Amino acid sequence: MKVFMLGWEFPPFISGGLGTACYGLTKALDQMGVQITFVLPTVVQSKYATHVKLVSPSMQQSIHTPMKVQQLKNVVFRTISSPLQPYLTANSYQKKIEESISQMQASHGRTDKFVGTLDYSGDMYAEVQRYAELAVRLAANEEFDVIHAHDWMTYPAGVAVARATGKPLVVHVHSTEFDRSGEHVNQMIYDIERMGMHVADKVIAVSYLTRSIVISRYGISGDKVEVVYNGVERNGSSNLLVGNTTIKKDEKIVLFLGRITMQKGPDYFLRAAKKVLEKFDNVRFVMAGSGDLMHRAVEMAAELGIGSKVLFTGFLRGEDVNKIFKMADLYVMPSVSEPFGIAPLEALDNDVPIIISKQSGVSEVIQHALKVDFWDVDEIANKIVAVLKYPPLGVTLRSHGNYEVRKLRWRDSAARCAKIYEEALVGAV
Amino acid sequence: MASVCFYFQVHQPTRLRHYTVFDNNINYFDDRKNAEICRKVANKCYLPANRLILDLIRKYDGRFRVAYSVTGVLLEQLEAYSPEVLSTFDALARTGCVEFLAETYYHSLSFLYSRNEFAAQVNKHVQTIQNLFGQTPRVFRNTELIYNNDLASLIESMGCFDAVISEGADHILGYRSPNFVYTPKGCNRLRLLLKNYALSDDIAFRFSNRDWSQWPLTADKFSHWVSKVNGNGFNVNLFMDYETLGEHQWKETGIFDFMRHLPGEILRHPDNNFKTPSEVVKAYQPVGVVDVPHVISWADTERDLSAWLGNAMQSNAIHELYRLEKKIKGSGDARLIGDWRKLQTSDHFYYMCTKYFSDGDVHKYFNPYDSPYDSYINFMNILGNLHLRCVKTRTDTDLNKTRTNTELQAVN
Repeated sequence: MKVFMLGWEFPPFISGGLGTACYGLTKALDQMGVQITFVLPTVVQSKYATHVKLVSPSMQQSIHTPMKVQQLKNVVFRTISSPLQPYLTANSYQKKIEESISQMQASHGRTDKFVGTLDYSGDMYAEVQRYAELAVRLAANEEFDVIHAHDWMTYPAGVAVARATGKPLVVHVHSTEFDRSGEHVNQMIYDIERMGMHVADKVIAVSYLTRSIVISRYGISGDKVEVVYNGVERNGSSNLLVGNTTIKKDEKIVLFLGRITMQKGPDYFLRAAKKVLEKFDNVRFVMAGSGDLMHRAVEMAAELGIGSKVLFTGFLRGEDVNKIFKMADLYVMPSVSEPFGIAPLEALDNDVPIIISKQSGVSEVIQHALKVDFWDVDEIANKIVAVLKYPPLGVTLRSHGNYEVRKLRWRDSAARCAKIYEEALVGAV
Repeated sequence: MASVCFYFQVHQPTRLRHYTVFDNNINYFDDRKNAEICRKVANKCYLPANRLILDLIRKYDGRFRVAYSVTGVLLEQLEAYSPEVLSTFDALARTGCVEFLAETYYHSLSFLYSRNEFAAQVNKHVQTIQNLFGQTPRVFRNTELIYNNDLASLIESMGCFDAVISEGADHILGYRSPNFVYTPKGCNRLRLLLKNYALSDDIAFRFSNRDWSQWPLTADKFSHWVSKVNGNGFNVNLFMDYETLGEHQWKETGIFDFMRHLPGEILRHPDNNFKTPSEVVKAYQPVGVVDVPHVISWADTERDLSAWLGNAMQSNAIHELYRLEKKIKGSGDARLIGDWRKLQTSDHFYYMCTKYFSDGDVHKYFNPYDSPYDSYINFMNILGNLHLRCVKTRTDTDLNKTRTNTELQAVN
């Protein structure tokens, strides 16, 4: 089985669950012996992008030479120069482009000419189409049996490659426009998602919650929508280190970790924090992450009069994430809409008890968690206080949760995907 | 001889209402839900089952006999929500063919945590049965058939019981059969009756299970199994929840028809009869001593305490509850003491059980909470309020005392 996978960021450039899922799934497929051509956009001016030469982004040079990552024997990486990133919105895309132009201007000392030749200076939708064209060119020189595209920005590429090659297309829905924007959906994004799902031979949803949205909101026939749960990468060394990494602290720490956006419910977190502080003073609320509601959240904490009790760390990655988990007494995910939610699994893996919203995919697979309706601020506060006040609750949640999370393995998700590839192949013939 | 000894456990807990840490209302119980469930179970089980048992007693002219253990917390609810059930129990009591057993009034685990409280609850239950049904229980069954040598000794020392009932667990009986009367180790006068769990569970758990090789279970087939005991046993102890009839096994499974035909089929064999627990211990001599050094129960396959005390939450909740005993009793506040006692009902701890939680089994079916964690949080929030109340009552009493002293001094 050879897969042409249109994916996203790989460690250490991970900005959220989408990257984590692509990486976990690809690694597990690799171990099963599935051959993968992994195509991903890279930002040329990124200071992390040491493996990519800075090239001018003309059409011909936008596709980079194949590269390999150690450990992944069966995966070939192909990068396409593009500023596309997970979680972009039309506005944040525009900002990004402006930033990158000014950066290039600074480093090259030239102005007018560079701007003029920048192919992707159009809007995000144009870029998504341009990415699709580049993907088709790339695919022309590749051999594969099936195409697997992750989330809407790669659907046009997936569809274009499927049309050009006649190979079956699998689209993987990690989130939908309804999750990201509530009822104020962006029509263009919705249309792209809908088109991708309709053209696809198989649609993979990350939970039954998402599956039902795919069916009811996008009009996709249920028999082609499969559920494949995400897994969690075991942090094998964590237990060995407990002895010397125990952080002494006299305050309890309640953690919010995720993008600070409408979808993640940061305002419910803060309002619950306010209520908790009426009953329990020796606690600090940490909001780790960034996002378009970041400033609003800072303001809101001040307005609620709990500014000194809420700490904003900004976006965390790698070791810092592990560190914050080690300090946390409780992880809270009050998401308004969460197709899956990998972060709570990572919290459990780090022995941190979790409160998750019932409106989350992960709630379908984890029983040993406290579950709340995201809007029920009183109940969120009630459960936070309970964990802080009654230690046996945390003890029991930790011991069962850590065990339960081990059942969610990427290799099972990969095996499900492989089966779906087979079905897509049969269906396409 | 094969004497069939039916004993039905009749119990509903007083369920708690949703109680957050921000609440300070002193009404802890969900009256609406308790009323609703009480009436539902009355209609599905207690009323039709009592009617059936009464019919059978009349039909077989006293040769069909049964025993009940009805908890105090259920009797209170029946009085409030379904008094007609109480009158049918009373009618059963008047037949002379029905024995009522004694247990802890609050269906509690007090034996394990406070012997004083245990004795008080047993006495309260005995008195209640006397008042309601005009008979004095002579046989004791502990909550969830929790039992060990200590319990037997304690019951014998109370002087008012002839026998105690427990689970015929394999690991205490070994090669021996539950179909005899035994003496508990360390006791002289007291007798021990053990549940025949195989035959009991055929009715209570397997009756409607279509995957069971013996399905469908008929009265004829079951009587045949019972009659096989003749020659190697005297008494077949069929102990089960009364809710088996109509609630755990729905009417549609044919459970009532099974029961209707069972006495006739059993009595068809001339060596068979029905006896209540007291009649069994009068009729048959004990054949040996049973030693139970460790605590057993009738729950799950483990037959131990893990369904109530298996995790850190359960043991914390129950320890915190009994730690308040002195303060609560010292308050002299009847309502406070009553609330504390209703919180002792074993179901509250059963709801916190995390065994099998991921698999979603029988534990979930009986659980009014979404998760064991929710039930622990709810319980602890209520306990927190209860604690505040007894601290407050004490302060009030102290204040009164101080004031009285000051007043006295003023007078002097």
